[in-house]
Amino acid sequence: MHEPAWFRWARVIGLTLLGLFALLPVYVMLTSALKPLPDVEGVFRWFPSHLTLSPFVDMWSTIPLGRYLVNSIIVSTTASVASVLIALLAAYAVSRYRFRGRQAFSITVLSTQMFPGILFLLPLFVIFVNLGQVTGLNLYGSRTGLIITYMTFTLPFAIWMLAAYLDTIPRDLDDAAKVDGSGPMGAFIRVVIPAAVPGIVAVLIYAFMTSWSEMLFASVLTNDSTRTLAVGLQGYATQNQVYWNQVMAASLTVSVPIVVGFLLLQRFLVAGMTAGSVK
Amino acid sequence: MVDTIRAEQPVAASAPSPPRSRRRRRELLPYLLLLPAICLELLIHIGPMLAGVGISFLQLTQFYLSNWRAAPFAGTANYAVALNLNGATGQALLHSFTVTVFYTILVLAISWTFGLVAAVLTQRSFRGRGLVRTVFLIPFALPVFASVITWNFMLQQQTGAVNRILLALHLTRGPPFWLIGPNSFYSLVIVAVWRTWPFAFLILTAGMQSIPADLYEAAALDGAGIGAQVRHVTLPLLRPVNRVLLLVLFLWTFNDFTTPFTLFGSAPPTQADIISIHIYENSFVSWNFGTGSAMSVLLLLFLLLVTGVYLAIGQRGERHA
Repeated sequence: MHEPAWFRWARVIGLTLLGLFALLPVYVMLTSALKPLPDVEGVFRWFPSHLTLSPFVDMWSTIPLGRYLVNSIIVSTTASVASVLIALLAAYAVSRYRFRGRQAFSITVLSTQMFPGILFLLPLFVIFVNLGQVTGLNLYGSRTGLIITYMTFTLPFAIWMLAAYLDTIPRDLDDAAKVDGSGPMGAFIRVVIPAAVPGIVAVLIYAFMTSWSEMLFASVLTNDSTRTLAVGLQGYATQNQVYWNQVMAASLTVSVPIVVGFLLLQRFLVAGMTAGSVK
Repeated sequence: MVDTIRAEQPVAASAPSPPRSRRRRRELLPYLLLLPAICLELLIHIGPMLAGVGISFLQLTQFYLSNWRAAPFAGTANYAVALNLNGATGQALLHSFTVTVFYTILVLAISWTFGLVAAVLTQRSFRGRGLVRTVFLIPFALPVFASVITWNFMLQQQTGAVNRILLALHLTRGPPFWLIGPNSFYSLVIVAVWRTWPFAFLILTAGMQSIPADLYEAAALDGAGIGAQVRHVTLPLLRPVNRVLLLVLFLWTFNDFTTPFTLFGSAPPTQADIISIHIYENSFVSWNFGTGSAMSVLLLLFLLLVTGVYLAIGQRGERHA
């Protein structure tokens, strides 16, 4: 198709500007992580005076980064796996059956996604504290408590996205399995779940990503030993005396796996995420 | 499993009726599948939400936190305090609400525009398009706290990259403060736009892919240039996508806590006092959960109202179209 010259110029200029905007923080993070401390204490330098890997070594002792990392991995993994398992069952019901209350269930799931997190945080906090007083079950400050609260956002989202994904799997597949003698659950386990693997992985990754970055619940419901990366790093970065090269090294370290995972599964994720809104 | 052949679709009601017990079981199956999700929803969503509404009618201060049944009933006093525009609390809440509304409008408008421009510019294939798309998605893929902490470093007055650029371009005389004072509002908007526009780009790109190419060809044959094609083909056909996209962006931006909290901590400058942080601060710094809950209920009512009106207008528009 014919493209006028002005359009090609507009494309080069527009995409370059947007690309610079998108990448500027990435550049700053990357180069600052490789700088010696004096480089980040004066006026900003575009290039390190010399390259050093010491921020990547020192960051583990400046703040308890290792503990934060373990906490974040445990909490995010458990919350996303648990919500995907529960959501998968619910999504199968919503996608394949017409039953009374189906609409009500879907609307409830969808609408809880728009609720402000603070609305759940205050009562959950009170419930956790009181439950601890009455039963000795200590959820406040524990990882279990945090996992439960994380499911307030991972679960509805997982149900919604998985139901949309299962809708794209042809029913003929289920029916064929049933002709072969499987019951509805057999068809679900042997045919629908394998066909839904890309969607399941995408939802798993996205749930993991949102848990990994969660700040509101973790800032209140964790203590020194259960602190997650998000809260730990934020707390350190807003102090007066900050070793920015180490903070950048730590930010880079905790970002790389997430970004790589996202970019590898980009296509599935995008398909899953847009399934609901583009139709 | 039973060895009879079952070819009926679960959805079809007209299937030959199987034995009653099995049909009962089949009718129960969806509910069994939903049971774990429903239990959890009740436990973490419905229950706490009702508790939250309950708390908003209590005078729940730190003295009663560990024994909330002893907290005195406050009636609508918490709501009265939150809505009393002559009192300090009400005035601060209104201020925070106004800031949040302006913030949301700016972030939405800029992010959507950036997303649309990027989607239109990458619509036709050219060399390096895949790379450009990947680059645009990086801000969305990065963990929010990691990227916003980087912005925090970039916005430092003495050591930040932003002031370095501005001074090099002679756009300011001295290095301004970005994280305190009036500029903090714009810092927040810029960081939020940086986080948000890739999502708009993603959804708009996906929406454009479902527009048939022959529509553009027909428009081109009629003599429509690229500008006219965007106006008369792309935008009208993106309307359903935009309707959902704008609503999602609105709810995300309005409720966003992580971006302002990572940038400013729990005590943001008044110019950037976003409502989610404001309620948070009111609840956990002053330990007054009653007013905090009343404020979050009010916030929810506002969001429900906006969403309801928005959807209703959209439906009416659709019917007239």
